[in-house]
Amino acid sequence: MDSLIAARLQMALSLAFHMIFAAVGIGLPLLLVIVEGLWLRTGKSHYRDLAHKWAKATGILFAIGAVSGTALAFELGLLWPKYMELTGAVVGHIFGLEGYAFFTEAIFIGLYLYGWDKLKPWAHWLCGVAIAASGVLSGVLVVGVNAWMQLPLGFTLEDGRVEVSDPIAIFKQPAWAYMAVHSTLSCFIAVAYAVAGMYARSRLKGDRSDYTRSAIVVALAVGGITIFLQMLSGDLLAKFVFQTQTAKFAAMEAQFKTERYAPIRIGGIPDEETETTRYAIEIPGGLSFLATHDPAAEVPGLETIPREDWPPVDLVHGSFDVMVGAGTALMLVSLWFWIAYWRGSERALSSRPLLWAVALCGPLGFIALEAGWMVTELGRQPWIIHQVMRVEDAVTPAGDVQAVFFGFAILYLLLGTTSATLLWKLRSQAGQSAGEGPAE
Amino acid sequence: MSDELLVHLAGGTALVALMAYALFGGADFGGGVWDLFATGPRKQLQRDVIAHAMGPVWEANHVWLILLLVVLFTCFPNGYGPLAIALFIPFHLALFGIMLRGASFVFRNYSRKSKLTDAAAPLARLWGTVFGVASLISPLLLGVAFGVLTQGEIRVSDTGQVHHEKPLPWLSFYAIGCGMLALSTCAYLAAVYLTYETSGELREDFRRRAILAGTTTAVLAGGVFAATYFEARWFFGQLTSPRCLPVLLVGLFFFAASAWAVYGRRYWLSRVFAAGEIVVLLLGWGIAQLPYLIYPDMTLMDAAAPRATIAFLLTTLPFGAAIVGPSLWLLMKVFKGEREEVGGRR
Repeated sequence: MDSLIAARLQMALSLAFHMIFAAVGIGLPLLLVIVEGLWLRTGKSHYRDLAHKWAKATGILFAIGAVSGTALAFELGLLWPKYMELTGAVVGHIFGLEGYAFFTEAIFIGLYLYGWDKLKPWAHWLCGVAIAASGVLSGVLVVGVNAWMQLPLGFTLEDGRVEVSDPIAIFKQPAWAYMAVHSTLSCFIAVAYAVAGMYARSRLKGDRSDYTRSAIVVALAVGGITIFLQMLSGDLLAKFVFQTQTAKFAAMEAQFKTERYAPIRIGGIPDEETETTRYAIEIPGGLSFLATHDPAAEVPGLETIPREDWPPVDLVHGSFDVMVGAGTALMLVSLWFWIAYWRGSERALSSRPLLWAVALCGPLGFIALEAGWMVTELGRQPWIIHQVMRVEDAVTPAGDVQAVFFGFAILYLLLGTTSATLLWKLRSQAGQSAGEGPAE
Repeated sequence: MSDELLVHLAGGTALVALMAYALFGGADFGGGVWDLFATGPRKQLQRDVIAHAMGPVWEANHVWLILLLVVLFTCFPNGYGPLAIALFIPFHLALFGIMLRGASFVFRNYSRKSKLTDAAAPLARLWGTVFGVASLISPLLLGVAFGVLTQGEIRVSDTGQVHHEKPLPWLSFYAIGCGMLALSTCAYLAAVYLTYETSGELREDFRRRAILAGTTTAVLAGGVFAATYFEARWFFGQLTSPRCLPVLLVGLFFFAASAWAVYGRRYWLSRVFAAGEIVVLLLGWGIAQLPYLIYPDMTLMDAAAPRATIAFLLTTLPFGAAIVGPSLWLLMKVFKGEREEVGGRR
């Protein structure tokens, strides 16, 4: 394994790991604010129990999110020093803005988790609101840096000298807005369906309490709204990618040839050698319509791009299909649930097939999130900064990258399994009063 | 505003973030040290009070490090890259410690089943040990990195190639001494803070620890200063220069004053002096470091980002502070405002 592969694997591992916890940091506070708010309004104790339980889960998840985020702050520079020299100079300050938001989130997390007995109920709830807002804001801001990597602007580069003309150029681009909305919604979706799935399992095991019932209703209300918004935002984002990143768009749909009436391809095996995609289900004109609202429009294929600038087509196309497939499943199950709920809430919440479907949807939101991240990042390859810097030119010349990768792989494995085990245990504990701090 | 002033303001901002990280994050690492070395009849009580003090604030304290990194790579990107290459191993080890420290702290909390019983459950105990050991790693390695930097071991060519003067420069007596000094200072700071947050016999426990760590710190500081003369001659010259020496002496006076206050059981004073010591000594380092970011090849000006970037970040600082400042004040007021008599109860 050479340094480049090791560095890429370590970066991928660090991001894939952090993303789960970061998504929870963005999504779970919203659910917390809702159930705690319902408790304050109605005084029903099961809402309070849910808030306590979810707050405890937040305690672990946020801490692991904070440390894995720190890892990224280090590793961007440690693994990709040349990348960081340019990125820092042009958009480093966006990380600064994110830093303020994250700082606020970390402060209010402390107040929220340890402040149940020290703050007035409404003040405690407001701390939750502050976490939810700053969590979203920090995610939205950091996506600004990623958007800049896809669409680098606001600077000139001559003989290695960087001049910055507009430090906030990326915020004036629709790319950032589309990506920020899409990624924020994906966090809400991932968390909402994971929560709904977990409590659907409890109901399948015979727990018919108000506690599990409210958890599912709240989670699927958030999940149901956000999944529909997500379809819209995905459509806008795809159109924008079509206009700005030809290679990524073509790879997403395994479109090798430039053609009119380009089809949407579902599944299939893209073959970069023969420049064909076999065994795919094709919807003629679908892709042209998706990209431009005109089924006859011409879609440029990968053949317009020099071969050495191609992203890995099979991975990008496969990830795209996984993302869209998971999203579609979530949307259908939400529809099913809310139609059934509208026709009779008790029946909906005890229907075994429906509960099974919700339970099976539990991991799909996170799978879609990871797959979507793979689409956007692998689709940018071989560039680390689109058409400005290639990944292999950014990697550190330091030795020992392999050893560090293995060390951190073990660390992530340890952190991942331990958090999962502790959360699993937490799940089976009866709802108890939160008292001072998480399990202190 | 001239470019030079702007760049130095950015350097000052990085230094302030480092001071805050040392004051708050450093004390949390020190807390981990005393958790690891908790002894005597009040062993469990010592650990409880450390966990109690850290619990609500460690994540916020930790963000100072992230801000420091952000200011460095935003305002000094051309220096950040070479530092990341030259200090690849020590920074990764420090990061390893930082991650494991934070994770094991929550893992231990959640491995305990309830408030009072089962605190000694084997898994909780294991995570407690990991927490303590991990707390040693990061201050040690960050101190070593400081040593390598001030030793002039990191060379950057005109084309941006990075190399060390010697192989494995972090294994020098001076660099390791800097690491030990950083660790011992964190331990001292934590012990001094904890005397203020406890009472009764538990407070006496931490007072003894403060005296121990203070003595160690003084001895190490003497040793490192001597080593500076032999192994980091440029830095020695900077430290003893007329613009730096007075600051250094004020820092040493603060250190002595805080030691005197601990000895005389004036805990509030000792806390103020200890914090002052850290701030003033780091200020002294900042002055000594000028005009270099990486001696001898890269000045702050060489490393600086384009003007627009630095100006933007500095402009946002007051707004960031306006949000973070009051929030931080609230956090401290709620959890540190009233002195709880933790050690008094049995």
